[in-house]
Amino acid sequence: MSLFDPGLNLSAYYPGTLPPEWPGGYWIHWGVFVVIILAFVLLMAMGFIWLERREVGRFQARLGPNRVGPFGVLQPVADAIKVLTKEDIIPAKGDKLVYWLAPVVAFVPVLMVFAVVPFQDGALLADLNIGILYVVAISSVSVVGVFMAGWSSNNKYSLLGAMRAVSQLVSYEIPLGLSILGVVVLAGSLSLNSIVEAQHIPFILLQPLGFLIYMAAAAAEINRTPFDLLEADSEIVAGFHTEYSGMKFALFYLVEYCEVLAVSVIVTTLFLAGWKGPLLPPLLWFLIKVFGVFTVIVWVRATVPRLRVDQVMAFAWKCLLPLALINLLITGIQVLVWPEVLPWAVVFLNLAIMVVLILLWSKFFKLGGGRVEV
Amino acid sequence: MKFERYGAGIAKGMVVTLKHLFRHPVTTQYPEERLTVSRRTRGNELIWDRERCTGCATCAKSCPQGAIRIVTSRGEENDYIVEEFRVDSGYCIFCGLCVESCPYEALFMGYGYERARYRRRELVLNKEELLTSEKKQPSGYARPKVEAALPPQTLLLDRDGVKK
Repeated sequence: MSLFDPGLNLSAYYPGTLPPEWPGGYWIHWGVFVVIILAFVLLMAMGFIWLERREVGRFQARLGPNRVGPFGVLQPVADAIKVLTKEDIIPAKGDKLVYWLAPVVAFVPVLMVFAVVPFQDGALLADLNIGILYVVAISSVSVVGVFMAGWSSNNKYSLLGAMRAVSQLVSYEIPLGLSILGVVVLAGSLSLNSIVEAQHIPFILLQPLGFLIYMAAAAAEINRTPFDLLEADSEIVAGFHTEYSGMKFALFYLVEYCEVLAVSVIVTTLFLAGWKGPLLPPLLWFLIKVFGVFTVIVWVRATVPRLRVDQVMAFAWKCLLPLALINLLITGIQVLVWPEVLPWAVVFLNLAIMVVLILLWSKFFKLGGGRVEV
Repeated sequence: MKFERYGAGIAKGMVVTLKHLFRHPVTTQYPEERLTVSRRTRGNELIWDRERCTGCATCAKSCPQGAIRIVTSRGEENDYIVEEFRVDSGYCIFCGLCVESCPYEALFMGYGYERARYRRRELVLNKEELLTSEKKQPSGYARPKVEAALPPQTLLLDRDGVKK
């Protein structure tokens, strides 16, 4: 019996990888979901590009793109056509092989994140029992592509941007993982589908501090403002993709928005109860929440200016890391000793703890032993 | 205790941007919407008065670009008849020296600004194209008598064709 036998039902061999009622064999499920995820990611990334430009426009009291198509929705298409027909330039003294590989290395891991994201109950490519661990592991690979791009461009600004990206990712991975651990402790599972199922109260209420830490750390990981140091236009031109043009640049641009999409999707799944919601179909709830999270990210981008390098690093190590550790400790204690009958009291308790901790840590937060202005 | 250091500063900023989200955009979407320009604005159109012009050609002499071409012939009462008055507004730098130098107040600066053309030859304006029309009215530039009759100065606040 071969693996490519269409009648083969692999769910007997890998329990939990398939929804039980799914028709057809394993490979049909696999093929269908690969197509769905590709279409979802590319369409949503295009939509996000349009939405971000429109929303930032409105936040700045202007309209944003409004020429191509109704409300300018075809603007990303026009941009894509423009950027794909541009000349593809490779720096003469660059490392050509690495230069070619970098966009792909950056793009593939981001795409792979969506394999474990449940769009509905059980509607996902693979319900891995280590889902969120897989997400954390795979999403940090794309920074290798970023560093490859910075290295192979043979440009000091690109290398600076790439080094900033790596240092930022290494620092912020820790509070990110710790804030996810709080959710995992509450849900008692690493599988994203089980985490959604466990959210009778959305975890944003039970884990308000964890949510804030996750949003800050994720913004730093995907290099969004206020942590967009690696492509700080005013300092190092565009960071790692200064030398890139044409299709390769388009791929990096796509990576940026796919990462935002991945973060929106994971925040939705971990903290906002994923596809759960009254009245509307689950898929619609999922999309609404994803767009809501993205709007908040854009809102932050429209408001907060870029931080300095030392501020970014100090914020990760002196502020987010201890807060995430304390949050994990408190969550663990609550899961162990809190009576099951009082879920709503925990919400208010955690909110109060969050306010106290944030005030306390803001008071202690100093740079350079207090000699440097924050 | 200053709460700006404790996250309140960021919250304030977020509220400011949120208010902007529900504001009407301040930008003018130019071809569809146009700012209502004050009648006192000194635009870059040149306006010629057929009745007042004596054909003295002071304007053509004062033009630093040599953009004005004026051809006259002798009339019956020993005066000039302006046969050709042509301004190549592609060369014109809108300095207004012709308007200032005109001894008979026959030239004016208009208040319009939409002079873009698709063809270079359309930039050369002849006698008929230099006359006043409904859209082409003189501004008060260097013409105190015209200025006295104009309505007061308005700000660039109103827009035509705005969908509110």
